[in-house]
Parts: sequence; C-alpha cells; structure tokens
Amino acid sequence: MAEIRNYTMNFGPQHPAAHGVLRLVLEMDGETVVRADPHVGLLHRATEKLAESKPFNQSIGYLDRLDYMSMMCNEHAYVRAIEELLGIEPPPRAQWIRTMFDEITRFSNHLLWIASCGIDLGAMTVFLYAFREREMVMDMYEAVSGARMHAAYYRPGGVYRDLPDSIAPYKESRWTKGKDLKRRNEWREGSLLDFIEAFAADVPSKIDEYETLLTNNRIWKQRTVGIGVVSPEKALQLGCSGVMLRGSGIEWDLRKKQPYARYDQVDFDVPVGVGGDCYDRYLVRVEEMRQSARIILQCVDWLKKNPGQVMLKNFKVIPPTREEMKDDMEALIHHFKLFTEGFCVPAGETYAAVEAPKGEFGCYLVSDGANKPFRAHFRAPGFAHLSGMNEMARGHMLADTVAIISTLDLVFGEVDR
Amino acid sequence: MSEPAKPISELLSDRFGDRISIGASTKGILTVEVDTSAWLEVCRSLRDEEEFSFEQLTDLCGVDYLSYGQSEWETDDASSEGFNRGVEGQGPGRFNWADRPEAEDLEQRFGVVAHLLSFKHNRRLRIRCYAPDEGMPIVPSLVDIWSSANWYERETFDLFGVVFEGHPDLRRIMTDYGFTGHPFRKDFPLIGNVAVRYDPQKKRVVYEPVEIEPRVGVPRVLRDDSRYKTDELDQAAEAAAGEAAVNGSAAGEKED
Repeated sequence: MAEIRNYTMNFGPQHPAAHGVLRLVLEMDGETVVRADPHVGLLHRATEKLAESKPFNQSIGYLDRLDYMSMMCNEHAYVRAIEELLGIEPPPRAQWIRTMFDEITRFSNHLLWIASCGIDLGAMTVFLYAFREREMVMDMYEAVSGARMHAAYYRPGGVYRDLPDSIAPYKESRWTKGKDLKRRNEWREGSLLDFIEAFAADVPSKIDEYETLLTNNRIWKQRTVGIGVVSPEKALQLGCSGVMLRGSGIEWDLRKKQPYARYDQVDFDVPVGVGGDCYDRYLVRVEEMRQSARIILQCVDWLKKNPGQVMLKNFKVIPPTREEMKDDMEALIHHFKLFTEGFCVPAGETYAAVEAPKGEFGCYLVSDGANKPFRAHFRAPGFAHLSGMNEMARGHMLADTVAIISTLDLVFGEVDR
Repeated sequence: MSEPAKPISELLSDRFGDRISIGASTKGILTVEVDTSAWLEVCRSLRDEEEFSFEQLTDLCGVDYLSYGQSEWETDDASSEGFNRGVEGQGPGRFNWADRPEAEDLEQRFGVVAHLLSFKHNRRLRIRCYAPDEGMPIVPSLVDIWSSANWYERETFDLFGVVFEGHPDLRRIMTDYGFTGHPFRKDFPLIGNVAVRYDPQKKRVVYEPVEIEPRVGVPRVLRDDSRYKTDELDQAAEAAAGEAAVNGSAAGEKED
C-alpha cells in the first residue's frame, strides 16, 4: 500500500486572500488543515524603535501606517497616552471631533472589510458597492487633514485644525457631467459637517444594499456559518478583543466600559454575536456600521451647535499660530523650541487603549522625562488574533482558512508594526 | 457588577505581601513589580482568584532600561556658560554597528511588562518583572496561564533577547529568517547591521553590511525645569485630582 503522508504547503506571502504579507505554512491532510503556522514580520518596520529616536509629535505619522485601514484610531491611542503623561485634557470640541472621526474611521474600516471579505469568498458586487461609499469617507479625511489616508490629524492637546467650512466639489470632466455631476455635488454645497450629516443619514440605506447581497445569500452562509468558531473562554484566553470578542458573545466594548473622548455622552448599542463563527462576526460588523452612523449624527449635531477651540492654548506643548508668532516674541521662542526640540514629557509610564475597529488598540508609553519616548509599545489587536489562527483553522478545509483570515480582519501594518 | 470594597493595591499587598512591590498608579492602572521567582505563582493567583480574576493578558512587551534618563545635551548649567551646540552621547539612532556602545553592567536591565485586564471587575493591572541576569535574561513563561502570551513572548524574545523558560515554541517572529542580534535593545543601531538586496549577477538575494549613515536630527534632551510646571498644568492636575476624589467618594471607589 502506498504511504500516505501529510502535505505541507505555503499560503502566501503573495496571495490575494492573505490580506497583505502573511505567510501561512499549512500542514494538510488531504483538504483538511492539520496545523497552521503563520509566519509574520515581513512588514516589520520597527515603528516602536523609530519612535524612540524622534520627538513625540513626529511619530504620529507612523501611527497612521500601522493599521492603515483605521488611521485616526491609532493616532487616538498614541495622543491619549501622551496627554495622560502630560496631564492635559483637550478642549470639548476636539473631543467631539475625535469621537466623530473615530466613528468615521470605524465605518470606513468595516466598509473595506466587507468589501475584501466579499471578494475573498466570491462575492464581487459588494466590493464595488463599498468602494462607492469609501470614496466619500476618503473625501472627509482629505477635507479635514489634506490627506486621504495618512491624516496625522490628532495631536496632543486636540486636533490639528477645526472642521473646514466647505468640501471640495467634483469638477466637470468627461466622465462626470450634467445630471451626474449635479447628483454627485448635491451634498457638497455646505460645510464639511453638512456633508457628513447627509452621508451618515443616508448610509443605512447603503448598508441595506450590502445586506441584500450577503445576509441571506445561500453561498455566503455556506462559507461562513459554523466556520472558525471561537468559544467565549477561548476568546479570552487567546487575547481577542473587539469584534472577535463580541462575535463570541462577550459584551465588552471599551467605548462603553472605559469611555474616552465623548463616548459617555453619545447613545449607541453594542451588538453581540451568539455563535462566535465567521457569520456572527459579519453580522456584528454590519450592525456596528449602523451604530457608527448613529454616533456620527449625534456628533454632528453637537458640533454644529458648539463652536469653540480645537486645540489647547498651552504653548509649552502646542505650537502658537502663525499670527501669534508674528507679533509676540514669546510665541516665536515657543515655536522655535517646539519645532527644533519638541516638548519634554514628565517621567512615568502609561497605557492608553481605544476601541479601534479591529479591537483594542493600546499604546504603552514609557517616558524618562526626555523629549522622545523612552519606549513606545503598540498593542495591535490583529497580532493577538492571528496568534489564535492555529486554534481556529485546525480541522477546517483549506478554503475555510480564507474565511477565517478574512473575518479576523487582519492588516499587516499593525500585526508586524 | 459588584466592586470590592478595598482598593486593588490593598488587596494585592494583603494577598502577596513582600513578594511584590506596588508602584505608581497612572489613570487607574496600578504598576506592580513581581520578583522573577514569584512571577508564575503570582500570575496564576491573579487569574484564578475571585477578587482579582484577570481573565486576559492584553499585552506583554519587553523594555530595555539601558540608558534610561540619559540625555545628549547638557541643559542644567547652560545659563552660566552658554549652550554647547555639540551633541554628545550615543542615544537611539546615533551610532552604527561598528561603534555601538558597550552594554554596561546594569542591574535590572531587561524588564518584561504585561498588561492584564479583568472583565469581571473592569480593571487593568500592569505587572513587571526584571530578568535577574542581564547577560542571559531568563524569565518564566506565562503561556500556561494565558495562551495569548505565546506570541508576545516570542516577540519579546526576538526583539530583546529575553528567554522565556517553559515556552513551547520560542522562535523568532518579527525579524528575518537567520537574523542575528536583538534589534530593540538600546545598544542595537537604528540603521541595523545588514542590508538585503537582489544581486542580478549572482541571481540571488545577498546580504551586505549597511552603507547608510546614522542620522538623527533632534538631540535627546531631558528638562526638569519650570517650563513643564506651568500654572495651567498644575491647575489642571489639581482640578483633575479634586474631581477624581469627589467622583471616588461619590461612586464608592469606581476606579482605583
């Protein structure tokens, strides 16, 4: 009789369903996975070490590039850690702006997740639908920070600048003209807040469209129901957070349990799954998109009523404006010191966590009183989730590992850091 | 959710006595230093015992305390003699592989810091232990207590060279296959030691010593002067402390 041996195969690092540069070494018994060994680090850029060689503010841009699907949430954890060590609190308007943009980011992250997960599991249409909305989210990012993705918008002490009074409309082109142009620019006549409000009010109908394509789709359910089940006990042991935890039926959301920014003043629900499988995680994410839209509307409402400053007026940490610099010697000196040396942060250590779209994103910051962090460590949710890959994939078919990787919502920028 | 009447620091000191030393608390997260010999035992109790029940290890990382509190620019006596513009010292990123600083004999050079989370009590805790021998830092592994420690300890081993005793699979995780050295140590250059590229003549990937020069623009400065004790900051801190006290008494020790 011929000898039957297990077969070891490489999944990635260049595989469209590996969501970046994951190399998964799979030991296969026929079509069944016996052991999954993820090899990560192909995108390791030593962000934490780079942060040690730079003044605090200069590392904010690196944070965008960790989880490059949820840029502002990463920044939020980092600036919160700095603010805690400095003992400063941003003004209320900045806190509301942060709450709003955290939710816009969450929406955008889940939007891209639903798109890429759809493609992985053979549902092409939802990808095209999702990118229609994603373009508008990117426009919001651009309007407020000048960059479509890597915003560097949150700063210690507030946000870089106030929300603009306008949003760039589409110009007439060969592809966009006449009635089409008018429809596209319909929401873009007022301020950015008007645009966000119109978008958030309309988006539940768009989410309905995605759900029409997926929720009761027989193929979609066959690919996800009962796949990659994580029990609540296992979820805790494996260090899961965010949707991975809620999908398994544990009601835990840092926005509710340990509120930051203005989450204690907005009204929203936390969806919780029952089975802990890929399908439940899908349902939780879709519901979170709806809740995000709800929070965004509440933030818009507050922000419209309450103008005010978005940065602390504290020249020891926050640079003065150009106008102040022109006629105030002190302001000029502060500007010079802040941009050549940065600010020194009192010695101490802190851990600031935010509920990022993928889970708990934390920043552990150690300062020895210098103008650069002594040690910065970023707790990425994807890293913990991927470490449970072997547990989740064992016994499943090869095609199911794709569904599992997909619903873990991995981004290798943050796994490898 | 019932809250224990005693603050966590008292609970900890009652339970573990002198095996731990309780440090500062920032924003409700208490720091506890545990001796390496008691590391496993204390952690097991922290997970299992009702009053602590830290069900999850959220995060674990290493810290290299070499050059802690060292600056590259003299700022103390600058007013009498004027500023020295030259940057002295070998802070992070200011040296290459050939003249990396000698690792001095430093007690408690490598720390392992873990963040625990209790879902039951909605509480976080930071625990730290120092590897006793900085030449060969060994710390017991927490994998048997929290399996999420697995990759975190692999990462700490890879980047800091801390060996976790009892870890089932202590391989490198972040760095390249066949990498030498531990890149997050303070005596490892920021520019690295080898560069990798594809050689079209040899038709394979080759490793070469790095050619780039270290370049860090801003010197590392420590300032402990009155600039950072402005009235505004002090007032804010006092107000926050006062508010916390009021909240604490009103809500019956909502957070420690």
